[in-house]
Amino acid sequence: MNKVDQSTHKSKENTSEQKLNSSPKQSLDLDKNHVTVGKPFSDDSKMTMRNVDVFYADKQAIYDVNLDIAKNEVIAMIGPSGCGKSTFLRTLNRMNDTVDGCRVSGTIAMDGENLYAPKLDVVELRARVGMVFQKPNPFPKSIYENVAYGAKIHGLADSRVDLDEIVENSLRKASLWEEVKERLHQPGTGLSGGQQQRLCIARAIAVSPEVILMDEPCSALDPIATAKIEELIEELSQNFTIAIVTHSMQQAARVSHRTAYFHLGKLIEVNPTEQVFTLPEHQLTEAYITGRFG
Amino acid sequence: MTKMSFENHIMKQFDEELEEIRTRLMEMGGKVEQQLHNAIKAVSEADSQLAEEVITQEQIVDNMEVDIDEACILIIARRQPAASDLRLVMMVTKAVNDLERIGDEAKKIANHAILLSEDINLSKGYPEIRHIGTSVIKMLANALDAFARFDADAAIRTIEEDKQIDLDYKTALREVVTYMMEDPRSISRAINILWVVRSLERIGDHAKNLCEQIVFVVKGKDIRHQ
Repeated sequence: MNKVDQSTHKSKENTSEQKLNSSPKQSLDLDKNHVTVGKPFSDDSKMTMRNVDVFYADKQAIYDVNLDIAKNEVIAMIGPSGCGKSTFLRTLNRMNDTVDGCRVSGTIAMDGENLYAPKLDVVELRARVGMVFQKPNPFPKSIYENVAYGAKIHGLADSRVDLDEIVENSLRKASLWEEVKERLHQPGTGLSGGQQQRLCIARAIAVSPEVILMDEPCSALDPIATAKIEELIEELSQNFTIAIVTHSMQQAARVSHRTAYFHLGKLIEVNPTEQVFTLPEHQLTEAYITGRFG
Repeated sequence: MTKMSFENHIMKQFDEELEEIRTRLMEMGGKVEQQLHNAIKAVSEADSQLAEEVITQEQIVDNMEVDIDEACILIIARRQPAASDLRLVMMVTKAVNDLERIGDEAKKIANHAILLSEDINLSKGYPEIRHIGTSVIKMLANALDAFARFDADAAIRTIEEDKQIDLDYKTALREVVTYMMEDPRSISRAINILWVVRSLERIGDHAKNLCEQIVFVVKGKDIRHQ
C-alpha cells in the first residue's frame, strides 16, 4: 500500500537489510515508554490520533497511542481481551462520552478537525463516523424505516423519492437489496443474523459517513454470513475508510490493509497486514498471532 | 527474536505437530546424507552391491517426502499457522522437495557406480569425484546442522561453500574432457564420471536451497536469486 507513509517519526524503521543482519530483540516484557513499532503514520490520513490516553475513572485503559488511519484503508485492530482495542475504536466517534467516568486526552482529528472540540456536534459526528456493533441491533421498525431513519433525522432527503433512492442505494451497497426488496416493510428484526448485520451496515451507510467503525461485526454470525460481511468490507473500502476490531486474526488477515496490535492498552505494532502475519516486527505481536497467549 | 522456538502455543497439540515435522525433516535429512555417502563410496570403491542398496532405499526417501508434505498440509488446514510457524511449515514443504531431489541424485550416482564398476580396466579412484563428493557431503551436513539449530548465520556461511563446489565442478569437467581427448577409449567411462560430478554439483545447489529456506524461517527474508 503506497498510501502508508514510510516516515520514521516515532516508529522504529527497520530496513530489510538491517533485518537480515540483526533480528529484532524486543522482549515479552513491555517497557514503560513503549514506542509503537512499524508504520503507524500515513501521509494521506483521514483520522489522526496523537498521544491519546483514555481513562475509566482512575484506571488507564489506553496509553499514549499515536496512529493515522489513511483514506479508504481498512485497518484492523487486534489484541487479547481487555487490551483496549474496542475502547480505542470508540474514541473515534466519541461513543465513550456515554460511559461514566471515561476521560480521553490527546488529539483525535478527522481531516484536521479536532473531534473533541467543545463546540463539535456529536450527533453529526456519529453520522460522519458510523458504527456497526458486535450484535446486530436493528430498530424495532421495518427494514425500510431502519435505513431511512438516519437520513430523515439528518435531513438528507427532500422527498419520498429521495428517501426511496437512499434506502435502495444503501441496501445495495450493503449487498442486501436483492434479499429484501420484496419485503421492505416487514420488521428488520425478522431477518437472519447475517442479514440484520448487513441491515445495520446499510443503516450506517445511509447517512453518507466518511468512516465506518466496526466492533467485532461478525462475532455473532455463522461462517457464510461472515464471508458476506467480509466481502462487503472489501467493496465498502472503495468509498469509505474502515476501522475494524476483530477477535479473529484470520479475519484481520483477510480484510485489512494494515493491522494494529494492542496489548495492555498500548499500541505495540502497526504494519501492512501481509507483514504482520508473516513477519511481525514485535515479539508480542508474534506471540499473539501464533496463538501463544491471548 | 534471538532464538527460534516452536513451543508454548496455547494448543499444546500444535507444539507437538510442529516438532513432529521438524524431527521428521531431520530424519529425512539423515537418511539422504547416508544415501549420498553410500553412493559416493559405491563409486570410489566400485561397490555395486552398495550401489544397489542406494537405489532400492530411494523409495524410503520418497515415502518420507510424501508423509511430511501431508503432515504440513494438515497443519495448514487445522491450525492456520502465522508468522514464524507459517514460515516453518512452508520451509519444510520446500525442504522435503530438495531433500528428495538429493535422494534422486544419489540414486543416479549409484546407477553410474554400477556402470563404472563393470569397467574392469580401471580403478583410478576417481580423485575428482572424491574431492567434490567430500565437499558436497560436508555442505549438506552443515545445512542440516544449521536447520537443527535454526542458525541463519551458519546457513549463510554454508551457502558460500556452493561457490567452491561450482568451481571444482568446472575444473573436474575440464579434466574429464582432457581424458577423453587423450584416450578416446575412455569416453564411455569419462561420461559416467561426468554424470556423477554433475549430480554432485546439483546436490550442492539443493543444499544451498535448504540454507536459503533456513534464512527464510529465521529472518523472514527471501534471499533466493540474490
